[in-house]
Amino acid sequence: MTVVIAVCLGLLVISALLCTARLVRPGVLADRVVAMDTLLIVLVAGIAVDAARNGRSSFLDALLVVSLVAFISSAAVAGFIERRGAQ
Amino acid sequence: MTALDVLAAALLLLGAVFVTLGCVGLQRFDDVYARIHAASKASTLGVVLIMLGAALRAAQTEVAVKLLLAVVLQLVTAPIAAHLIGRAAYRTGTELGVRTTVNELADAKASRDPME
Repeated sequence: MTVVIAVCLGLLVISALLCTARLVRPGVLADRVVAMDTLLIVLVAGIAVDAARNGRSSFLDALLVVSLVAFISSAAVAGFIERRGAQ
Repeated sequence: MTALDVLAAALLLLGAVFVTLGCVGLQRFDDVYARIHAASKASTLGVVLIMLGAALRAAQTEVAVKLLLAVVLQLVTAPIAAHLIGRAAYRTGTELGVRTTVNELADAKASRDPME
């Protein structure tokens, strides 16, 4: 199980780096929103892997809060883009 | 290692692979809409599989319930967020990729309002 957890965390670190690369690359605002949303989803996945490590985790409440914040922030910025324009 | 542990390990690995593939798609696809598609579908499936795997390993019922609640939350919110971002991008005139051949929204708009 330790090996599985380590491999999962390694894959998630690679994912986070890919998301960050998309976040800082020049592009339209929608691109950055998608990258930020995905980065938060990777964080949620990381917390879930931590919970799988020993069957409990003190970060489980943070997992729920982060996934809610990811949704609300995407929805809010999408509304902002519609009002203000794509750049 | 029990059968439940093996199943949990398989779900965790599969989920991590899906999340990584979603992020690779975020890098490789060539317009905003394709990237939204990669990030919202692959990453959501991946994180749901990871949370199910973690729920199988839960020591108390409370932990499993919280993880299952997060799964439901993710499955409900991810398509809404992807739809909102895609709609905002299209309405503000973000270009489609050069390899996109069908734009049903533009066709529908042209047939409804030929003067535009």
